[in-house]
Amino acid sequence: MSQDVVLSVKNLSVVFHTPDGDVVAVNDVSFDLRRGETLGIVGESGSGKSVTASSILRLNNSNTATTTGSIVVSGVDVLTAQDSEVRRIRGSEVAMIFQDPLSALNPYYTVGKQIAEAYLVHHPRASKADARGVTLDMLKKVGIPSPEKRIDEFPHQFSGGMRQRIVIAIALINNPKVLIADEPTTALDVTVQAQILDLMKNLQSEFNMAIVLITHDLGVIAETALDVLVMYGGRIVEKSTVEALFSEPTHPYAWGLLGAVTSLGTSDRGELVAITGSPPSLISLPAGCSFNPRCSYALEICSAQVPLLRSVGTQGSVTACHLPKDEILTFGRKAASR
Amino acid sequence: MSSDIALQAIDLVKHFSTGSSGVLGRATNIVQAVDGVSFILPVGKTLGIVGESGCGKSTLARLVTRLIDPSSGSVFLDGVDITTLSGKALREMRRKLQIIFQDPYSSLNPRHSIGQIIGDPMRIQGIVTKSNEKKEVQDLMQRVGLNPEHYNRYPHEFSGGQRQRIGIARALSLRPSVIVADEPVSALDVSIQAQILNLLENLQKDLGLSFVFIAHDLSVVRHIADQVAVMYLGKIVEVGDSATVYNSPAHPYTKALLSAVPVANPSLRNSAKRIRLVGDVPSAIDPPSGCRFRTRCWKATDLCEAVEPPLQADATGRVVACHFPEEAPISVG
Repeated sequence: MSQDVVLSVKNLSVVFHTPDGDVVAVNDVSFDLRRGETLGIVGESGSGKSVTASSILRLNNSNTATTTGSIVVSGVDVLTAQDSEVRRIRGSEVAMIFQDPLSALNPYYTVGKQIAEAYLVHHPRASKADARGVTLDMLKKVGIPSPEKRIDEFPHQFSGGMRQRIVIAIALINNPKVLIADEPTTALDVTVQAQILDLMKNLQSEFNMAIVLITHDLGVIAETALDVLVMYGGRIVEKSTVEALFSEPTHPYAWGLLGAVTSLGTSDRGELVAITGSPPSLISLPAGCSFNPRCSYALEICSAQVPLLRSVGTQGSVTACHLPKDEILTFGRKAASR
Repeated sequence: MSSDIALQAIDLVKHFSTGSSGVLGRATNIVQAVDGVSFILPVGKTLGIVGESGCGKSTLARLVTRLIDPSSGSVFLDGVDITTLSGKALREMRRKLQIIFQDPYSSLNPRHSIGQIIGDPMRIQGIVTKSNEKKEVQDLMQRVGLNPEHYNRYPHEFSGGQRQRIGIARALSLRPSVIVADEPVSALDVSIQAQILNLLENLQKDLGLSFVFIAHDLSVVRHIADQVAVMYLGKIVEVGDSATVYNSPAHPYTKALLSAVPVANPSLRNSAKRIRLVGDVPSAIDPPSGCRFRTRCWKATDLCEAVEPPLQADATGRVVACHFPEEAPISVG
C-alpha cells in the first residue's frame, strides 16, 4: 500500500437482518483514499452511501448487521480491531460530521464543553484550562465570531450554519487524517452552504486531511471532489475523477443523473431527461444489474448477470456496465454535452 | 381587472404573535413573516418564488390559498378578493385554487385509500356522482402517471415520487385554474424530481394551469418559471422575467444567492467569481431598519439604514428594491 493512502476499504459488504428479510445495504465496495484528497460519494436514497460511511467508524449495530470485508486505517483493520483501538481511531484518526447539526449536538451542554470533551477523550492528561484554550483556538478556526463569549453558549443559541461549524470544530479538534462528511450542507440554505463548503476546503488544506463527502447534489460534488464514486442499489457502479464524470460519464445511471439535473444556465425549457421508475427496494433487488429495469440501454445479459467493474474510457474511469466500451463512450459523451 | 390575470396579491401582510404572553394576554413579540408582498400571476404562466428559510415563502403560499388569513392586504382570484369570502363563495374559491405540499408523507391521510384521497374532494364539490367517481379518479391517476389498478391502495404502499403524484392528482381533481406548489420536489431524489417537474409542465400545457411555484432550489425554479420573485425577510426584493433575473440580477441579494449555487461543472470550479455573504439571515422578529438586507450587503450605506428602498421598475420591466442596483450583467454558469 502506498504511504499516502490513509483509508483503504476492500470488499466491504453490510447486510442488515430485518423481520422482512436480509437487506444488502452495501455490496462489495472497495476504494482507497489518499492524504489531502476529497472523495465524493453520490447516489440516491437507499444507495448505500451513508451505510458505507458509518461502517468506516464501525457504527453499525453488530446485532442487526453483518459487516464483512476490510477497512484499514493507519494499518489497523477497523472491522476486526479491539473496541479500545476503535475508540482511539474514532475522533483522532477518522472523524465524522452529519447532516443535521442540531441533532448532532447535545442541547444540555455548552458548545465549549462538547468540543473540549472530544479533546479530553484523546488527551486524558490535559488540564481543563488547556482544553479550553484549544477549544477557543478551534472556534476561531471554524469562523465563530467572538468565540470568548460564545464558547459558553448552548446549541439553541446558534443558527444552523453556526451549529454546523461547531460540529466541524468537534470533528477536527484531534486533527484527524480523515473527515467523513455525510450530507454536511443538505440542511442548510444555499448561501450558508457556500460558506461551509469554503470552510471545509480551507481547513482541509490547513490540516492536510482527506475528506469523504457524501451528497446527492452533483453541484457540490463538482465543486469539491477529486474522485467520485457513484453508488446504486448498494454497489459502486462508476468510479472516476470528477472531470471524467462530467465530461465522459460511463454508467447509464450517471447519464441519467446528469440529464435530470436542473441548471442555472439553461434558458430553454426543454424536458428534463428523467430516469423512469424509482430506486429499487434493497430487500428484493432486481436480478443482474440493479439498474436494468430503469435503463433504456439494457441488454439481455443485464437481467442475468451482475456486471463487474472494468476500466472504460480515456480518463481512467471504471464502470459496472455490460454495454460495449465504444457504445459507453459515445452515449456518455452525448449525455455530458446535453 | 384584466382577464388574463389568474391571481393577484396586493400588499399582503402576515404578522404572527409569539413569545410568552403576559397575564393580560399581551404578546411580547411580533414575527413579520410576510410584510407587504404584491405580485401578479398571468393566466397559464408560472411564477417562481425563491428565498432562503425564514423568508416567508411558505407563509405566502398559505396566505394566497387562504389557509391562513392575512393581517392585511388582499388576494384576487378571477377579480374577486378571496380574503373576504365566506360560506358557499369560499368553498367555490377553494375549488379553483389548489395547493401541493412539500412532504408527500405528511400531506396524505394514512388511513384513506388513494381512491378516497382523490375522490372525496370531487364528490364534496359535486364534480362527480357516486356512479362515475371511480372512473374519474382512475382517469386522473392515469394522467399523473399512477397505475389505475392501485385505486384501493394506501399511501404507505407508494414511494415518495408516487405519493407526490397522488398529491398532484388530488390538487387536479377539482379542476382548479391556479395551483400553488410549495416546495413540491425538494423532498425527492434528483431522478424523481425531474419526473415530477416534467409532469407539472405537461399538465400546465394540457390544462392551461397557472402555477405559483415556491422553492429554495434556484436551478429548479429557473427550469420551470416564466417569472421569478426573490424574497428576503418577508419582502420581495426583486421580481422579473426568469431570464432577466437569472442572467443579470439587479439586487445584490439575488446576485449573491445565484453565485452561491454550486455549479455542476468541475471545469468552472475556480473561474466563477464568488460572492460570499457573511452571517445569517436576521430575525424576522426585529428586522433591520431601512433595507432589510443591509446588514449582509457589501454595498450598504447610511441611506440603506435610514430609508427603505421602494420596488422600482427598470428598463427591462424587472422590478427591484435597492438603492444601488447592480448594472453590469454577470454570466451564470
